[in-house]
Amino acid sequence: MDKIRFATVWLAGCSGCHMSFLDLDEWLLELAAQVEVVYSPVGCDLKIYPENVDVCLVEGGIANEDNLELIHLVRKNTKTLISFGDCAVTANVPAMRNMLGGAEPVLKRAYLELGDLQRQLPHEPGIVPELLEQVLPVHEIVPVDIFMPGCPPDANRIRATLEPLLKGEKPLMQGREMIKFG
Amino acid sequence: MSVKTLTINDTPVAVEAGATILEAAKQAGITIPTLCHLEGVSDVGACRLCLVEIKGINKLLPACVTEVAEGMEVQTETAKLREYRKMTVELLFSEGNHVCSVCVANGACELQDMAVTVGMDHSRFSYRFPDRPIDISHPSFAIDHNRCILCTRCVRVCAEIEGAHVWDVANRGEKCYVISGLDQPWGEVNACTSCGKCVEACPTGAIFHKGETTGEKTSDPGLLDFLVTARKKQQWIR
Amino acid sequence: MDLAHLQAIAEQEKQRQRAIRLHCCTSTGCQAAESLQVKDNLKKAIEKKGLGDRVEVVGVGCMGFCGRGPLVQVEPERKLYEEVTPEDAESIINALEGGKATAKEGDPDHPFFARQMRIVREHSGEIDPERIEEYIAVGGYQALYKALYEMTPATVIEEITKSGLRGRGGGGYPTGLKWATVAKMPGNQKYVICNADEGDPGAFMDRSVLESDPHLVLEGMAIAGYAVGANHGYIYVRAEYPLAIKRLQKAIQQAKQNGVLGTQILESPFDFKIDIRIGAGAFVCGEETALIQSIEGGRGNPRPRPPYPAERGLRGCPTLINNVETFANIKAIITKGADWYSSIGTANSKGTKIFALTGKIKNNGLIEVPMGITLREIVLEMGGGVPDGGEVKAVQTGGPSGGCIPASLLDTPVDYDSLLKIGSMMGSGGMVVMDQNTSMVEVAQFYMEFCREETCGKCIPCRTGTVQLHNLLTKLLDKRATTQDLELMESLCQMVKETSLCGLGQTAPNPVLSTWRYFRDEYLALVKA
Repeated sequence: MDKIRFATVWLAGCSGCHMSFLDLDEWLLELAAQVEVVYSPVGCDLKIYPENVDVCLVEGGIANEDNLELIHLVRKNTKTLISFGDCAVTANVPAMRNMLGGAEPVLKRAYLELGDLQRQLPHEPGIVPELLEQVLPVHEIVPVDIFMPGCPPDANRIRATLEPLLKGEKPLMQGREMIKFG
Repeated sequence: MSVKTLTINDTPVAVEAGATILEAAKQAGITIPTLCHLEGVSDVGACRLCLVEIKGINKLLPACVTEVAEGMEVQTETAKLREYRKMTVELLFSEGNHVCSVCVANGACELQDMAVTVGMDHSRFSYRFPDRPIDISHPSFAIDHNRCILCTRCVRVCAEIEGAHVWDVANRGEKCYVISGLDQPWGEVNACTSCGKCVEACPTGAIFHKGETTGEKTSDPGLLDFLVTARKKQQWIR
Repeated sequence: MDLAHLQAIAEQEKQRQRAIRLHCCTSTGCQAAESLQVKDNLKKAIEKKGLGDRVEVVGVGCMGFCGRGPLVQVEPERKLYEEVTPEDAESIINALEGGKATAKEGDPDHPFFARQMRIVREHSGEIDPERIEEYIAVGGYQALYKALYEMTPATVIEEITKSGLRGRGGGGYPTGLKWATVAKMPGNQKYVICNADEGDPGAFMDRSVLESDPHLVLEGMAIAGYAVGANHGYIYVRAEYPLAIKRLQKAIQQAKQNGVLGTQILESPFDFKIDIRIGAGAFVCGEETALIQSIEGGRGNPRPRPPYPAERGLRGCPTLINNVETFANIKAIITKGADWYSSIGTANSKGTKIFALTGKIKNNGLIEVPMGITLREIVLEMGGGVPDGGEVKAVQTGGPSGGCIPASLLDTPVDYDSLLKIGSMMGSGGMVVMDQNTSMVEVAQFYMEFCREETCGKCIPCRTGTVQLHNLLTKLLDKRATTQDLELMESLCQMVKETSLCGLGQTAPNPVLSTWRYFRDEYLALVKA
């Protein structure tokens, strides 16, 4: 049997979910033995999301054009897409900017009202991705196969989600250990 | 005192006449989910989580306000009820700004627990991200409307137990919010005795002690039932 | 005041009335089109011609053909003038002695009038609603007299039960059963409430009844009070109906002066007083438990039923609460008998119903028709169909709680059960006709927006479910929705319907469900490619 092609993606989130992933400690070695890590900010140097990915953990909400482009590519090239952590599932803390009512007021607040020296709005087309009007959870943009809430989901929850997948089974996302938000 | 017998999830239960289905279920050790119900204050039937199916009645009825009747056959865990409860909790999450990870009540929140109970791992409904204020004008407490689910437990506990009636609900529909006094800053409401019962009654992190930070709030809804029992029966039992 | 007095007033009034009466509509709709000026000018023209001893102009209530107002009808010759302007007045008076008036002449035998059967609106548009004498002259308060002196409360209730009258507010609960329940409840204090918080978009039946014949409602309430053992009644009317309120106030005052309301009514031991409570215009206050809370001075929020108001209503007392049109039927039932009343209509829906016929239709206005008449007869024959050769696509009945009935079902008889069977409901009587250019998804969105704004916010399915449904419909109309969104919409409709606390939420998804049922193609055509 071919090794499972495994990826992790980091969108609008604090990277805490990835830190929690690293908390899997020695189980990471077991995981590494069973999967081929094809794309991940913490496990692989590839810069382009590849084709034919079996399982992908997506951390973070969709906040800018870059995230949007990547998540569509991820969906297209991935069999099992997992919303990984509260930011992916609910948009969470990054979405607290949504209450300000759009991208422009957010930028103004951050770079003009609260800026110190040289107050100016960041604008570098093609280099700095434009903010979307709202930060949205992943499933509001593309279909999601498995939801793993938590801020961050702890290592046990991540392992309990991935283990069945390695055996070709769907994990049971149920109970406090698996789906508690926060 | 007359007694009524009924079945809940096919378990026979005998309770005193006048008891609600919720009370009967509790006596039988059957948990029916609730959010707006609070021991010690009146019931309003607003959260719709305790809806149950009763044989022969084609409507779902709230267990908290429906009195038991002889021979009643109640079901509390049908597939339909589970699905509706899940949707109800999703609707609650979608209408406010419930960011568990930065909430004072993280880990001690009835809404968060309810999501686990009903098996909600995400909301199928779009989050609405309403723009809601926070009132920190009271010297001891604060209210964050982003986390309010309009259960009105604070309204009832203040009016019925403390007798101050500081809280009420203003506006209608999606624009509803709880107000203090005549929609004044909480700190300016003279009627408030600063007793803190609303803090204990609040199921989420909406009303909290000032100074509490993420995950530090532990509310004590049982305190209110204790106070009522103490007052009515002169029994100080918990 | 006894029967002889009542008859004396009637006799005196008949003596006073002139041989020729010009009925000039002074209801809200016609007033907005300067009918008061028309009435004044008619009066001046009569004086000018010195016809005062045989001609009079009477400000009357609604004649029904509101789309063609202001209306003036000359009695007894029945000549009808439509869209009368103040300038037409003089020529109308001149036409009494031959000649032709400048105003457009209408056809009083048009199917719009001829197909009607007027019980509630029997004298609407014929008497001056601001003068109790005119009401008494057409037999007013005789039914109350009959109830008080010839019947017991039990026989009154029996008569109402036998008549088969069902609540006209929308639900269609058997009126006699409701009365019997309240009558049987123990307790010395009971109340009667008239629900005049009409709020469906496009509906103005109750307003018209109150503006045209307020005493009819007062008499019905007094008879109800006698039957159930209540001595105090309230009329809960919305503040947006200032003319109805004014006329009710006047009517109550006149009724008290004439001894048909107040203490020892018609010199019997029966006391009954009526107070008006003015609502602030919240749609949800038409829901009976919310209405009661509002009368009590609280926030107009519904509470769970049971207990029903019949058991525990206003201030915890047994309370009879009926709609305006229901009370307006009582006089006829008591006067002419249950057998006569139950001979009208279908097996389970007796009597007549008033509808406000609006939308894409030639003849707009109020009609009172016997139950069992088909939608086709109402819309095509009486209403004249869609103007300019358009086609009827659907008929919406029951307001935000009702549904859209496709043209293919126009042969459905209008009665409580048939309408319910096809996914709509009788409702209070709004009937909106839609033509081939109407987008049914937009219609559903319109009604959902209405519910979203009018939900009280107490229970979550209605407070937020309506918002989510409205957003899903908007998403669909923006062509951003997927088939999964449609599935979610459908299951949310079921959820809101089954879990909401009161009738508002329980029926809010109906416009979506009925259009989804009959016009599914329109939904599917909007799904994101």
